[in-house]
Amino acid sequence: MDVLTCIKRVPDTGASIVLTDDQQDIDASNLGFTMSPHEECAIEEAVQQVEAHGGSVTVLTLGPEEATEQLRTGLAMEADDATLLETDGDEWSARATASAIADAVREDDGVAHDLLLFGNESADAANYQVGVRVARELGLPCVAGVKTLDVEDGTATAKREVAGGEEVYEVDLPAVVTVKEGINEPRYASMRAKMQARRTEVAQREPERRDAAGTLEMIQLEAPEEDDSAAEILGEGPDAVSDIVRVLDEEVEVL
Amino acid sequence: MSAVLALVEHEAGAPAEESLELLTLARELAAAESGPLAAAAFGDEGAGVADALGAYGVEEVHHVTHDGLDAYAPAAWGEGLAQLAAELDAAAVVAPGTDRGQEVLAHVGATMDLPVAANCLDVEVDGAYELTRQRWGGSLMEHARLDAERKLLTAAAHEHPIEEAAEATDPGVASFEPSLEEDHLRVQVERVEESDVEGVPLGEARVVVSGGRGVGGPEDFDQLEELADLLGGAVGSSRAAVNEGWRPHDDQIGLTGAKISPDIYIPCGISGAVQHMVGCKGADNILAINTDPEAAIIGKAEWAVLGDLHEVVPELNEAIREAKDE
Repeated sequence: MDVLTCIKRVPDTGASIVLTDDQQDIDASNLGFTMSPHEECAIEEAVQQVEAHGGSVTVLTLGPEEATEQLRTGLAMEADDATLLETDGDEWSARATASAIADAVREDDGVAHDLLLFGNESADAANYQVGVRVARELGLPCVAGVKTLDVEDGTATAKREVAGGEEVYEVDLPAVVTVKEGINEPRYASMRAKMQARRTEVAQREPERRDAAGTLEMIQLEAPEEDDSAAEILGEGPDAVSDIVRVLDEEVEVL
Repeated sequence: MSAVLALVEHEAGAPAEESLELLTLARELAAAESGPLAAAAFGDEGAGVADALGAYGVEEVHHVTHDGLDAYAPAAWGEGLAQLAAELDAAAVVAPGTDRGQEVLAHVGATMDLPVAANCLDVEVDGAYELTRQRWGGSLMEHARLDAERKLLTAAAHEHPIEEAAEATDPGVASFEPSLEEDHLRVQVERVEESDVEGVPLGEARVVVSGGRGVGGPEDFDQLEELADLLGGAVGSSRAAVNEGWRPHDDQIGLTGAKISPDIYIPCGISGAVQHMVGCKGADNILAINTDPEAAIIGKAEWAVLGDLHEVVPELNEAIREAKDE
């Protein structure tokens, strides 16, 4: 079984997000980069499925050359191959990203992917669309937001959480599945795997940028107003207990 | 005079909270477009929503049905909504910012080959839509311009008030049968497995007590469980505690976990990273218990207790038991 996992390079934000002066981007000068937690789980899921069923895992991203770093993270998590669809660093729309990924899948004539895995939404832009749009462009079924995935005899059984339980879907492969964190526990890459990942060649391609008829154009970013009014300190240690009880009883009335 | 078409999710004909929130935004859009506010409802009991939607100014309810459509089927819903929008010549198609709403609009966007603006906050209509949408789970906002033949967007959940219309309407129900192909129906909910989790679900709890790295290990969550029990609430955790293996992922509150909206949220030993705060920004009040007066969570809380949760929480539990006995 051949699995393609698509990821996105995003800044590794901490306790607060700082914007560049022109408010066009996050000021990442003091930040490292990572991928969305959903996507880390998508790579882990791909590797586990291939460990169970045989085959290979390819990890793919569309982004600047620096995104090779995230592909190597994927390789260190035991993915076999990596592909960079290299851009100049501009953020591409969900439509353009999906079309470029679909092109790459179609061009892979030697490799027919049985399963295409995505994160449910990217950590930064959170458009909730790329996996669905790739599926529709390739004519594949798509199950989104999956927290449990079992593959047997060419059929995937996928579950997703809803209030009070789980919805169960069954689809024939090939299929697109977008996953959420919690579907598995991503492995920590061993030093040996990291070394090996550094030596693995990353395939590079130049994607064609095709957008939809309409446009969704970012004008600028804005950090929401922080409510920085200091908390009322009820006290230190157990001495504060009577005040906590008062707040719970009188102010929020939950006692 | 173009309609604004809103996807309304419902449980046996009772509209979902996020869908009613959506109607507040959709009603403004319809007024700006000088067109009727139309709702689309799927499922056997979809026609039943009409009774509830008049109060929110919905003028037409379209019950979308199809022989092959028994359960939720994302591609088929997207296709049905797109065809209905074309028939109504809708200026905009809008959906709630729920798992289903995002997924269905992604399918609508793919079918129509148009952009979708996800998790919108404010929208100004000026031919194109000047909108604000959430990025990073709401810790960052994006001002954007959406220009397309039909505007497709979802409304961020729990960011729009539920408001009745100034004038109630009496919407009629029309049936709409989309033309669907087998491909649209191959992903469909086969069955729903009920979860056997006891207690109050995190997303619905009025009180949420949660623990982070400061709890120190899985055993000490017992104190937090007890506090939550005493308050009739639920226990959550930070991503750090889940990564340590102390709590299951289902308990995780944050960007990639549960979003909560309790009356009061009591984080214990949680520093308050951006990724955590987007999961609890729906909380009416925060009471933080933390040893570090510089922790980000203190700046975001209404009330704070500076101290070790291992000393504070057991005494607090005792005090609550006494207060309840009185």
